[in-house]
Amino acid sequence: MLKVRSVTKKFGGLVAVDNLSFDVKKGSIHSIIGPNGAGKTTLVNMLTGVYKLDSGTVFLDGGDITNIPTNRLVHRGICRTFQNLQVCDNLTVLENVLLGFDKYMSKNLLKTFFRSQKILDDEERYFQRGMHLLSLIGLEEYAHKEAKNLSYGILKRLEIIRALATGPELILLDEPVAGLNTKETQEVSELIKLLVQDDVTVILIEHDMKMVMDISDTITVMNFGQKLAEGTPQEIANNKDVIQAYLGNEGHHG
Amino acid sequence: MNFLERINITKEILIFTAILIVVPFVLQNEFHFQLAILAMLNAMICIGLNLLMGYAGQVSLGHGAFAGLGGYIGAILTTEYQFNPLLSILSAVIFMGIFAFIISKPILKLKGHYLAMATLGIGVIINIILNVEYEITGGTDGMAVDSFILFGFELFESMHWYIVVALLLVFTLWIFDNLIKSPFGRILRSIRDSEKAADCVGINVSFYKSVVFTISVVVATIAGSLYGFFSGFISPQEASFNHSIELVVMVVLGGLGRLYGAVIGATILTVLPQLLTAFEEYETLIFGLIIIAIMIFMPKGIVSLWDKILEFKERKFAKSA
Repeated sequence: MLKVRSVTKKFGGLVAVDNLSFDVKKGSIHSIIGPNGAGKTTLVNMLTGVYKLDSGTVFLDGGDITNIPTNRLVHRGICRTFQNLQVCDNLTVLENVLLGFDKYMSKNLLKTFFRSQKILDDEERYFQRGMHLLSLIGLEEYAHKEAKNLSYGILKRLEIIRALATGPELILLDEPVAGLNTKETQEVSELIKLLVQDDVTVILIEHDMKMVMDISDTITVMNFGQKLAEGTPQEIANNKDVIQAYLGNEGHHG
Repeated sequence: MNFLERINITKEILIFTAILIVVPFVLQNEFHFQLAILAMLNAMICIGLNLLMGYAGQVSLGHGAFAGLGGYIGAILTTEYQFNPLLSILSAVIFMGIFAFIISKPILKLKGHYLAMATLGIGVIINIILNVEYEITGGTDGMAVDSFILFGFELFESMHWYIVVALLLVFTLWIFDNLIKSPFGRILRSIRDSEKAADCVGINVSFYKSVVFTISVVVATIAGSLYGFFSGFISPQEASFNHSIELVVMVVLGGLGRLYGAVIGATILTVLPQLLTAFEEYETLIFGLIIIAIMIFMPKGIVSLWDKILEFKERKFAKSA
């Protein structure tokens, strides 16, 4: 569904992502891994319209989506989460989810000022759906708590649920389990599997190798902005180049 | 949902309306009425400014100037060109609305201190223009404004003005409360907390910032032009940096991001200096100390007292139950 063709991004003299191409299959979990500084987050920012590409094209279901701004990409069915959590602290958990439904709700100013029935109906309908989404991850009891009072692990899942609320075809998760403990990591894994059951395609950037190996269908390995290897978890685990990139040359002596 | 909930008539707005009805019976002279009307007009500007600052998280140090410029446009159209006052205000609103929307695009790209500087700069420019273009504005001396005649009925007595402004204030409170409790209001709060989060769920952040900036300038324009007609006189003082700062202090003192905070802040800051005139030369000093004390003991604004009262009542209720 997603075709990335020779995308390049330079920052001054540094080529952060260098002529990278890959395909993401519909309904799959496609992980992108690589050592720190390999250009993974830069790639996410390029795919979601945060950075303008220096060259290359991105296609979603055959349509060109290169350089479309983030807020418009949501309407094309792409949503993302952030490595450093972006949740609205002073909104309740439910309100954060409702933000995800925003693109379906009427924001007509005149109707808003005079509290038209349409506004109230929207609010009621999406309130129910929001509660339903929260119940999927067992967070109904926190629905009316302000997000700032909740643990990091819960907020990480909340961010994914908010992305799911936008009704995406493709979700990009930028390190969803960074800083989480084993139990919380497990919960996020379950949630990602839930996304795929919902026919959402997932691009996963993650350092937690156990999780990546467990749930990925395909893995792309990046190093210094380039594609080092691609394949199933099994293939990647046995790839010499990958082992070398992660462990360095010394790995072979030991 | 009962009928009052449906049309969003809250306990707060009922109490506030009741207070507005009682106040005229307490006021003893013309000066008191003038003070009350001025407080209500400031409250209107502050409600708009609070939407921008408290809800959307964008600071403006230029709202005094916007209100003043709007006031001048209304005043000049009626006094010099014999426009019907309502038409003058409408023209001022349209002009200032377009003006605000255009300038908002570049300046709201800025954040924090830089945004403050940009709005301050625009405010100062407006003030200078009003001072220098004396052929149109009367310069530093200001200009007299014709009285407000509507359908052959001249708004002259303070009581009439009081009723008109009070109705308008309650109406403003009501539509802003509707706005805050809608998806639109939620978007504004999300922009304050995290622009990235808002952006990634499909919200066009810069568009919403422009809209909320424009709304706040329009409300300031209405209040500013009503002030001109009410006092029969308008001077660059109304558009001064001082006035802009006063408005910001009102919003912060009352309670940022709280609808009634703006009203309370505006009332206290308009009335308090008059109460303190008894202290003569120590007036400003005591005024400053009171503000500092409020900010130390009520960092979330005066309106947080109301929360404390509710909390106390709840605890008492829990105990007796």
